[in-house]
Amino acid sequence: MSEQHRARQRLERLLGPTGPELSCDECFAVLDRHVEAVLSGRQADEAFPGMREHLIGCPACAEDHASLVELLHHEERA
Amino acid sequence: MVDPSRAAAEADAPVALDVESRHWLGALRGNGAARDDAILRLHELMVRAARFEIHRRTRGVSDLAAEEADILALETADDAVVAVLARLDDFRGESRFTTWAYKFALLGAGVRLRRRAWRGREVPLDHNDWPLLADTGASPAEEAETYALLGELRTAVEEVLTPHQREVFVTLIGHGVPIDVLAERLSTTRSALYKTLHDARRKLRAHLVEAGFIPLAGEGADR
Ligand SMILES: [Zn+2]
Repeated sequence: MSEQHRARQRLERLLGPTGPELSCDECFAVLDRHVEAVLSGRQADEAFPGMREHLIGCPACAEDHASLVELLHHEERA
Repeated sequence: MVDPSRAAAEADAPVALDVESRHWLGALRGNGAARDDAILRLHELMVRAARFEIHRRTRGVSDLAAEEADILALETADDAVVAVLARLDDFRGESRFTTWAYKFALLGAGVRLRRRAWRGREVPLDHNDWPLLADTGASPAEEAETYALLGELRTAVEEVLTPHQREVFVTLIGHGVPIDVLAERLSTTRSALYKTLHDARRKLRAHLVEAGFIPLAGEGADR
C-alpha cells in the first residue's frame, strides 16, 4: 500500500462514511433490534440500512452500541 | 439521512411479544400495587445496567470513587425509568423488553460519564490548532503525504463550511471532544450536532474530490 493511499485513508476517516446513514435519533430507535440481530447472527446490517455507516461515523452511538452488546453478553453468562 | 421507514422495514409484520416482555408491559401499563412493583423492578434493572456501564467505562481508571459511582448509577436509573415509562408506546416487541429498556440506561450513563470527564475543562473551539490530527505512528513519507492532505482539508474547512459547521467539525474531529459534551455546551442535542457534522463532512468531501485530492467514493455519496 502506498504512502499516499495510507494518507488518504486517514483523511477518509475524518470525512466519515460515504453512504447514506441514519441520524443519532434513528440509530437509537433501532439500537436494541440491531444488537439482538447481531447477537443472534442474523443479517443485522441488511435489515437496518444506514446503521453500520452511522456506527462508523459516530463514535458516541458506536460506544452505546458496543455497551449494549457487552451487557447482553454479560447477562447471558450470568 | 436514510428514510427511517426503511430501517423499520423489519417491523412491518406484527410481532408476538415474548412472555417476559408481555408481563413487563402488562404490569407497567396497569395500576395499583402491581404497577408500583414493576416500576421498582424496572428501577433495579436500570441501576444494574448503569452500574455495568460505569464499571465498564471506568475500568482501570480510579478517579471515580465508589460513592460517586453509586450516585451516578442512581441518577441514571431514575432518568431511565422516567424515559422508559414516557416512551412505553414506542416498544413494539421487536426486541426483548429488557434489551429495549437497557438502552436508555446505557445512553444515560454514557452521556454522564463523557460529560463528567470534561467537567471543568474548556472545550476548545479554536480552529487553528488541531491536536488530534498531529497523529503519530506513521512513516515520515506517510506523514508528508498526510500533512499535504490535511493542509487541503484545513483550507477546505476555512473556505466551504459555515461558521457553525466549522466550529462543530473542528471541535469534534480536530480536537476529539465527545459529541455529548459539545451538545451540552451549545445547548443542543447529539442528533442535531451530528447532522451538522454530517453536512460538513459531505461538503468537505465534495470539495476535496472536486479538487482531485481524494477519489470519488462509491455511488450514494451525493446525499
Ligand atoms: Zn450517532
